[in-house]
Amino acid sequence: MDLENQKRVKDLAEKYGEENLVVILGAAEGEAAGLAAETVTAGDPTYAGPLTGVQLGLGVYHCCEPQFKQAVNEEVYEDQIGMMEMVLDVDDIISEMKTIRDQFSKY
Amino acid sequence: MNYSVVKGTSYILVNTPDMIIHNGTTQTMEKTANPDSEYIKAIGTHIRTYEQVLNYAPSQVYIGNMKPEELETLEMPWYDKDVRIRERFGKFGEIMPQDEFVGLMKLSDSFDLVMLDKDFSETVKEKLAKHPLFGEQYSSTIKEGSDITAIQKEVNEHHGEGIYNEGKLVGCVKKAHDLDANLTAHIMFENIVSKASGVLALKHLINNVEIGIQEIDYVIECSEEACGDMNQRGGGNFAKAIAEIAGAINASGSDIRGFCAAPTHALIQASALVQAGVYKNVAIVAGGAIAKLGMNGKDHVKKGMPILEDVIGGFGILVSENDGINPIIRNDLVGKHNVGTGSSPQAVITALVTMPLDKGNMKITDVDKYSVEMQNPDVTKPAGAGDVPQSNYKMIGALAVKRGEMDKSDLMNFVKKHGMQGWAPTQGHIPSGVPYVGFAREELVAGYIKRAMIVGKGSLFLARMTNLFDGVSVILEQNSKKQEEATVSKQEIKKLIAEAMREFGSKLINELEA
Repeated sequence: MDLENQKRVKDLAEKYGEENLVVILGAAEGEAAGLAAETVTAGDPTYAGPLTGVQLGLGVYHCCEPQFKQAVNEEVYEDQIGMMEMVLDVDDIISEMKTIRDQFSKY
Repeated sequence: MNYSVVKGTSYILVNTPDMIIHNGTTQTMEKTANPDSEYIKAIGTHIRTYEQVLNYAPSQVYIGNMKPEELETLEMPWYDKDVRIRERFGKFGEIMPQDEFVGLMKLSDSFDLVMLDKDFSETVKEKLAKHPLFGEQYSSTIKEGSDITAIQKEVNEHHGEGIYNEGKLVGCVKKAHDLDANLTAHIMFENIVSKASGVLALKHLINNVEIGIQEIDYVIECSEEACGDMNQRGGGNFAKAIAEIAGAINASGSDIRGFCAAPTHALIQASALVQAGVYKNVAIVAGGAIAKLGMNGKDHVKKGMPILEDVIGGFGILVSENDGINPIIRNDLVGKHNVGTGSSPQAVITALVTMPLDKGNMKITDVDKYSVEMQNPDVTKPAGAGDVPQSNYKMIGALAVKRGEMDKSDLMNFVKKHGMQGWAPTQGHIPSGVPYVGFAREELVAGYIKRAMIVGKGSLFLARMTNLFDGVSVILEQNSKKQEEATVSKQEIKKLIAEAMREFGSKLINELEA
């Protein structure tokens, strides 16, 4: 995950509390989504950014996961994400995200 | 409309193994943050030799010795495949080795900032004297080199940026001012590299076309570097600096910036300048970025691969008046991402792909080939960034499905038919849309395809000035001048027939009246 984004997530978690923050990812690949999810839950696996060794355990979802899809307006979703849903390997993304959430997410 | 044409192109790479370690930001940042890291220790064993870089399919496609479609039949990963081509030169350009490039940096240095070791300087001088595009005319301007102790002193005591070859210090770039943060040795190094690789691209461009360098009226440079001093950080002008070294004595020029989208912006603007009659021959040129060397190196090393981001890229495109042969630039069919377009992928693809097509009453499938961000997937996939061109093609195809122009089951066929595998190095502006212009020109002239769309996208948010994304696109089309001539003569025939009929009619009327 981009170092600047790590800093933003860290600052927001401090400001609003880890339990009040959910991170929504838009990565195009399962692996990239998994890495970003790991970063905001178990800490930066690349040991490069501000979240290195910081186990925030945040709630984290990909925008193509059903949890997010069901929570937003159907029309807006179709307009903003519908096309990408057709393009991405959604099953792979869901499986990566679930694995990380089950292991590291506290909320 | 009398469109302007793509008259010729050039594509160059420079293999810079030592610059990965000393100048690539992933490596320099790691050295600052974790000097003893496993990655820093391992880098040395993951560097490819010059011969390996030559014998690599994406390199050979880039300089024109292989065709993009040959990548489709080559099993991935590509870096361990012997393609049995080890050519330095191709029809579009060359893959220059590092030592000669350092010599070219010295040739491109107008302020005596590049210091080279005496022996090294002599060796590269001899090599450049034998280079078909430089020769003694250029090499003789390299003065005698410096003592290595003086270079060492410059690096150790005066913040000089070392130039290394085969692991040894062979020179340095000096700072250009004692206090100015925009003229540090580090910035001067990046800018001289960009300028020198731009010079190489422009020299090859002129070599590939039938006009002389003195016929170039204007140069547009579209890299991602900024040159200037503390009072004007990005004042410019790389274009004129490159034109000067390449010998374009009748040219002026300017720089266009727009992150990775800049080359397509440049193509549209060059075509407009020529079409409007402001200039006859506009050369678009860009050198590469050393900062991006080894950008995904950590992932490559982690996966036991060589660091594949070991080349600097460059390209040139000559835009000229319509010659009736070369492909026309349809600048009436331009797509652009507006401030109010929005950032969702469908909004972006609609703005860039279908808006220009709608203007010409065309469908997505009416474009034979789309050239998007043609990043080499051998580099990006192991780094978790996926296959960038493939994702772009899927998005364009998905939009065609949403518009009812294609069935969803044809999506992968669309990707295969209208797309290509990526082959360009991940140098930002270098892979963005323009790598295919050279092949497109050939295929459009030969009549293999009718239409190609060049799409450039840029991540403006990286400059922290706006959160916006950017993109522009333009269509290249088979030159229809001959068709137009044929149409005109058909119209003339119709006119003659009509006149004859009218004459016959009035004769008949006269006869009847009589």
